[in-house]
Amino acid sequence: MTDATASDAPRARPSLTDADARTARRNAAEKRFRLYGIAAIGAGLFFLVVLLSAIIWNGVGAFQQSFVTVSVYLDPAKLDKKGERNIDDIRKVSTFGYNPLIQQAVFDAVSEAGIETEYTKAKEMKALLSASAAAQVRDTVLANPDLIGETMEFRLLTSSRVDGYLKGRVTRDSIARDKNIDAGHLDLVDGLQAAGVIKREFNIDFILGADASESRPEQAGLGVSMLGSFFMMLVVLILSLPIGVAASIYLEEFAPKNRFTDLIEVNISNLAAVPSIVFGILGLAVFIQFAHLPQSAPLVGGLVLTLMTLPTIIISTRASLKAVPPSIRDAALGVGASKMQAVFHHVLPLAMPGILTGTIIGLAQALGETAPLLLIGMVGYIATNVPDGIASGFLDPNSAMPAQIYEWAKRADPAYYERAWGGIIILLVFLLAMNIIAVLLRRRFERRW
Amino acid sequence: MTNAKITVSALAIAAVSATAAAARDNVQVAGSSTVLPYASIVAEAFGENFEFPTPVVESGGSSAGLKRFCQGVGTEHTDIANASRAIREKEIKACAENGVTDIIEVRIGYDGIVFASQIDGPEYTAFNQSDIFNALAPKVMVDGALVDNPHTKWSDFNANLPDAEILAFIPGTKHGTREVFEEKVIAAGCEATGAMEAMMAAGMSEDDAEDACLEVRTDGRSVDIDGDYTETLASIDANANAIGVFGLAFYENNTDTLKVATMAGVEPTTESIAAGEYPVSRPLYFYIKKAHIGVIPGLKEFAEFFVSDEIAGPDGPLAEYGLVSDPELASTQTMVADESVMGEGM
Repeated sequence: MTDATASDAPRARPSLTDADARTARRNAAEKRFRLYGIAAIGAGLFFLVVLLSAIIWNGVGAFQQSFVTVSVYLDPAKLDKKGERNIDDIRKVSTFGYNPLIQQAVFDAVSEAGIETEYTKAKEMKALLSASAAAQVRDTVLANPDLIGETMEFRLLTSSRVDGYLKGRVTRDSIARDKNIDAGHLDLVDGLQAAGVIKREFNIDFILGADASESRPEQAGLGVSMLGSFFMMLVVLILSLPIGVAASIYLEEFAPKNRFTDLIEVNISNLAAVPSIVFGILGLAVFIQFAHLPQSAPLVGGLVLTLMTLPTIIISTRASLKAVPPSIRDAALGVGASKMQAVFHHVLPLAMPGILTGTIIGLAQALGETAPLLLIGMVGYIATNVPDGIASGFLDPNSAMPAQIYEWAKRADPAYYERAWGGIIILLVFLLAMNIIAVLLRRRFERRW
Repeated sequence: MTNAKITVSALAIAAVSATAAAARDNVQVAGSSTVLPYASIVAEAFGENFEFPTPVVESGGSSAGLKRFCQGVGTEHTDIANASRAIREKEIKACAENGVTDIIEVRIGYDGIVFASQIDGPEYTAFNQSDIFNALAPKVMVDGALVDNPHTKWSDFNANLPDAEILAFIPGTKHGTREVFEEKVIAAGCEATGAMEAMMAAGMSEDDAEDACLEVRTDGRSVDIDGDYTETLASIDANANAIGVFGLAFYENNTDTLKVATMAGVEPTTESIAAGEYPVSRPLYFYIKKAHIGVIPGLKEFAEFFVSDEIAGPDGPLAEYGLVSDPELASTQTMVADESVMGEGM
């Protein structure tokens, strides 16, 4: 001991302003840690930018579609052979009867634009047109049979190969062995585009339209599955908000603290961490196989997602109830309010912003969930029917937005791949909007003590 | 407030369940994922051309579809089952037990199964069944003896094939395609190379040898794909040396990234399959519950529309998508028109 102090004594007292070796090391360590932090954030941001730009790069094309505008002569000899304008007779002509008229119209447009072509038959124009074109013309005629005999201008979808060519996805090399379209057709497309007959325009039907079969990706839209998601979210909101809030108020304000309530609490936290596919299997077993609810129905999807969202809502509701200071409860009880009055008149309104935020975040999570939907049959199905009422919205088979995106990504035609990315953009916009609403609500109503 | 919401939700659920029992006015179809694209193309055109609502088409696999089909008669059960194979005796029995007795079998056409690889990959342009067997079977014939498969490169057993590592992505066992692949390619190769004879000579019964002939090596050179063809395509994209098994329709939609190999010298096209020249193909079917005709509006019209010349004929939209049109379509049309059920006059 004395030795040590003796040897220390001659050393000069270090200045406070000069860093000694240990301080320098500590400062360097801190600097390094800051750099690690910045690097971590930078890496995160980098991947976010890569992800977002990949999504937008791949998906933005889906919002545009190529249309061909032609004047179709609605030939009475083909569409109404008896000439009586009897709607039943006109209805007998199927879409296959309309195809030649439309092909002729495109063929005329080609010669009108003065494009030289090797094609001599109107039938060879088929490769340029979507299969939906005939249905579009037929529907117009059926809605107004007096149009027969007149020449009318139609804006029709082009086939997915033509659309892909104008978007750069389909090239002359890639169609070398494609039997659906030839290089000659692409020459025609170039000519018709220069003449302004074929145009790329914003396609609202991608957002609002129904899904289509595998042979016409150009017609497919996200609208019907959006409705499916909407009805599912309605079920989730109607069920999980009251159940979740009631459960958390009881647990937080009324329930005795004992082993049993502890067990319940632990299990609710555990439920929040259960993988969503488990809820899908549960839903399949309970709602479909046991309760015989219809398969692929948004009602069942909503019930499954309710189970998944409940723990999230209960946890966030309890947290916001806890955040209300006890002095408020004490004050209410002190002036003679009953426990229930104290909770419903004072605590719950103050906790409401937190509850709403938690609910919206839970809903956003449920909106993007796909795994449970796979098991209850909301995938592997073509969502073409628009629900015609509230009951049909809940009960008729439908898809949901993430399930529709998965379905598109699986299909054979590469044109569907682009639509899957486009669907992701729409889904992300929804999620972003919901999260922004949650943040705004919190900012606007949150109170700090 | 919470009380009010609970009441509202209770009312909503009551209203919804009250309508659940209401009659159904659309045709419901379920089954094979191979038939799904065709069925949905027809359903779409049917909805456009008829006053009936668009039929609801679901996938889930041939077996699952037939199982649902066989659950009973009544509007809560499906009307049509799609299948990429013929219905089995066992399934007909299960159907009969649940009261589904009169079944109309409709063959819509044929589907080709093709071997394809990366367009810039090794020259996999011509195979025959023995090549695939030699590459993928667990036991093969080498110098007249049956041995554990020693081949690691295609050129090991056929000098005409490229000097590239063997790697194949084949459909998983839950797929109907797998059955066709085993029976028409592996088993055919087993017989052609003499492996089957060698197995029987070694004391196996004929049945056991036939079963052993369907096996595929398990050392990682043959990979089962349980998902869809898009998954196989992704695996092919990542492995230049690999070959994959696809449906003809899928290949025809992806000719820009895939190149197809001939089988036994025949190139897979709708024409060569229709002519019966290309060896690896299978019929596609759908099955109609006769008891539902007249109960579900539009059911018979849908079936007739499905097999009409305009749809299933050689120039129809199904053939355009990749279905090989049935040369005997006319007799199928009369069969559907007469509603002749299975087992009658067969």
